[in-house]
Amino acid sequence: MKKILIADDEHKIIMTLEYAFRKAGYEVYIARDGAEVLEIIKTEIPDIILLDIMMPNVDGYTTLSEIRKDKSYENIKVVFLSAKTGEADIKKGLERGADAYVTKPYSIKKLTEKVEKLLK
Amino acid sequence: MMSSPLLFLLVILYLGTLFFVAFWAEKKKSNFWVNNPYVYSLSLAVYCSAWTYYGSIGVASNQGLEYLAVYIGPVIIIPAWIYINSKIIRISRVNKISSIADFISLRYGNRRFLGALVAGVCILAVIPYIGLQIKAISETFHLMTGSENSDNILLDNATYVVLIIAIFSAYYGTKYVDASEKRLGIISAVAFESFLKLVFFLALGVFVTYGVFNGFDDIYEQASKLPDFKQKNTLNGLEGGFNWFLMSLLSMSAIFLLPRQFHTTIVENRTEKHLKTAIWLFPLYLLLLNLFVFPIAWGGKILFLGENVNPEFYSILIPQKFGNTLIAAMVFFGGLSACISMIIISSISLSVMLSNNIIIPYGWLNSLKSETENSNNRTIVNIRKASIFSLIILGFMYMRYLISSSTLFSVGLIAFVLIAQLAPSFFGAVFWRRGSFAGAVTGIIAGILISYAYLIVPNYFEFGYQNSAFFNFFKLDYLSPVANVFFWSLLINGGLFMIISSCVAENYRARNFAELYVDINDYIQHHENAYIWKGTANISDIRRILARFLGEKKTKQALKIFNLKYNISDENDSADARFIKFSENLLSGRIGTASAKILIDGVTKEDKITLPEVLRILEESKDNISMNKQLTEHSHQLRKMSEKLQDANETLLIKDRQKDDFLDSVAHELRTPITAIRATSELLMDDEDMPTEIKKDFLENIISESDRLAEIINDILYLDKLEAGTTPLNLEHGNIVNSYHKALKPLLQLFEQKHLHHSEVNLLQEETFVYDEMKMIQVFQNILGNALKFAGDQGMIQVKFQEKDGRLKVSIFNTGKTIPDEDLEFIFEKFYQSKHQNLRKPVGSGLGLAICKRILNAHGGDIAAVNKEIGVTFELTLPNRNEII
Repeated sequence: MKKILIADDEHKIIMTLEYAFRKAGYEVYIARDGAEVLEIIKTEIPDIILLDIMMPNVDGYTTLSEIRKDKSYENIKVVFLSAKTGEADIKKGLERGADAYVTKPYSIKKLTEKVEKLLK
Repeated sequence: MMSSPLLFLLVILYLGTLFFVAFWAEKKKSNFWVNNPYVYSLSLAVYCSAWTYYGSIGVASNQGLEYLAVYIGPVIIIPAWIYINSKIIRISRVNKISSIADFISLRYGNRRFLGALVAGVCILAVIPYIGLQIKAISETFHLMTGSENSDNILLDNATYVVLIIAIFSAYYGTKYVDASEKRLGIISAVAFESFLKLVFFLALGVFVTYGVFNGFDDIYEQASKLPDFKQKNTLNGLEGGFNWFLMSLLSMSAIFLLPRQFHTTIVENRTEKHLKTAIWLFPLYLLLLNLFVFPIAWGGKILFLGENVNPEFYSILIPQKFGNTLIAAMVFFGGLSACISMIIISSISLSVMLSNNIIIPYGWLNSLKSETENSNNRTIVNIRKASIFSLIILGFMYMRYLISSSTLFSVGLIAFVLIAQLAPSFFGAVFWRRGSFAGAVTGIIAGILISYAYLIVPNYFEFGYQNSAFFNFFKLDYLSPVANVFFWSLLINGGLFMIISSCVAENYRARNFAELYVDINDYIQHHENAYIWKGTANISDIRRILARFLGEKKTKQALKIFNLKYNISDENDSADARFIKFSENLLSGRIGTASAKILIDGVTKEDKITLPEVLRILEESKDNISMNKQLTEHSHQLRKMSEKLQDANETLLIKDRQKDDFLDSVAHELRTPITAIRATSELLMDDEDMPTEIKKDFLENIISESDRLAEIINDILYLDKLEAGTTPLNLEHGNIVNSYHKALKPLLQLFEQKHLHHSEVNLLQEETFVYDEMKMIQVFQNILGNALKFAGDQGMIQVKFQEKDGRLKVSIFNTGKTIPDEDLEFIFEKFYQSKHQNLRKPVGSGLGLAICKRILNAHGGDIAAVNKEIGVTFELTLPNRNEII
């Protein structure tokens, strides 16, 4: 079973993503901020992380940089999910090593397809 | 008594100490010596020479109160120093004046003859005065050792002391080629000596008054029994008063005109501010120094009644009589200090005049013109060294062969009378535009002739004419000889100066400087602009001359400064008046103003200017200066305005950026609920098998997220309305504490959940204020909500109500994180988001505090955030408008 880690501080958004990916057959892990992401991946290495950028404590950019520093995480795909839609934000996100950048609001269906495509 | 070799050794040691002080101050250039008003004030006490130290005691016992006049004059005029000396200091500074001869001659057209004349008068007056110091050293030396004056000068110890002083002065007095430079070492040594001579003299005074006698009363009582006491200690009616008056005038002029005073007060002045200290410290110094003159003089008379001793040396004789060698030695060294200071400063100032006003302009100029900088500097310094040395030796010769029989006091007074001949042209220079070269020269020569014929020659030689009827015709019987000659010489000198100046038209150069001197305050900023010169000259020619004296490097530097100051291109080669004056100034310190002018004249072609033209140009330059002032002011204002504009522009840019940030974060805030709503709807639509429980949850989510959307939109609209002023305040009397409680109540449960402690401090006497209660509740809730978010678990929130300056002040403090300092003043800005919040989750939409501020502002109050050690306080103020409704 593919493992997915969803990081967002918005409870209601997590609810929908969790439901959708469970339904699609993923093992779902939830983090409320970047610090929790880094904590979880110490024990469970997910195949993909859906990462919000604006989060309390440790933001998405920092989290990604931390992940990319460690060789044992090199196979993890990371998708930014963000309400920041500026070109500069997207560019910055991709430069940090994200595999995709999806802006909010998004279509759950399309997001799931994108994730599956990335994991193939 | 001390043995001669021992005392000689001590003198050498003492001089060594002086060398050391001079050397040390010069080397360290520490702020203590450089910028010390006390050092400056003490250096002025070079006024008190051996004449003061020994002479006044002699006068006090021989002539009575007369000695006081020498100090009363200066003390009366000193308060005016702030005005007069500030002016003279400024004139000297901008013109690089290094001596009184330059000062006077520059004013009357910068002609070398007047400079030489003034220098000559000074030398004539001061050489005997130097001789007098040497006489004092020599006599006290013999007195201390009990040795006899030797006729063979080579066997006389005093000769060698003088030689050492001459070498010391020659060495330290010529450290700088530029005579207008400050001589730190010498001045420090002189200040040090002034201090010593005062302390030693006071020690003697205490010894005589309280050691030998039983205080002032005792001396007075015993002295009053002496037959001549009463007669010597009264003013002798109107006649005596007249003498006093003239003597005071004499010393009053001496304090300005004596070359050593001009040198210490004007040339060595570093900042006009120091005058402020000098005007109280110097009179105080004179007072202290005179405190014991009377007791010592009359004490001496009592002790040596009937003995044939020179009262001038009571100060050494008294301690000797009582076997107190220590006090006697202190007095000797105090006297030595007084003498040495006077000799050093006088010889330095005379040497500057001798070289800059006589030797160089009359003899050496041509050879200096063709030499290099180094050799010129060497020549100038050598001329000065030789001058100092020979002046002191001349003084020594004078003392050996001419004044051995005169009293110190009389020689000193004669010097004063000669120097006083400079008074009309000196004060005229500063205060009277019409004063002219012809008037000054005639006056000085006449005054000198009168002084010589009536005072100096009779003092030394016995000729037949002193008894002639013509000679006695002018004699006023009730005046002392000195007062008599002073009166007549000054009357004729000043009279001639004024009459001739009023009758003869002055040349344009003198008229130019007259304006510059009298109105120095108008010209101080742009004095080079006020110099009038018309003609043709090349900068390159003048540059060559400058380089001969300053060297290539300094010349280049100076030209650069000039070009920068007047915004002139480096390529420009035609010299204007400003450049001529600038160049003359550069040379003045080294070779004197007259020689500087002669040198510059040699390479320029000056056109004749008529007097009316001068006056017209001056008028213009005055206008120019005032226009310049206005221009400077305007440009200053413009600069300020442009700075303000720039600030405003930057603020706009920041606001713009903030606006972007705000829109960005509002968009973010809007996108988040929309995302949730969209995703939930999508799932609900696509997933028909969704369990009912989850379906219900999802539908509730849609509702609450829609509410959240509506709330944000309402906030934005509300803020907009508040800003536009379209929501009027519903002002009513209300109890502010009650309103606060209404805001607090719904939050209390949340407080408990987070274990936050809430406390209240109420310092109000009257709780009723006028405000819009609904809006204030909103403000309180907003602040409390914030506090709740940031206070963290186990934290505390405290509210304090108080009245300050008629305003209500509510402070709401919460523990927790402080606000970054750079954000403090911006957090109430509508479009402001802390820069960190762009990455981290913004707290709320960033509108809450902006709304609070608008509400309070609408009330005429304000809100501010203040960081505390463990948290933040929000301070809300409301005007007390009880009386309005």
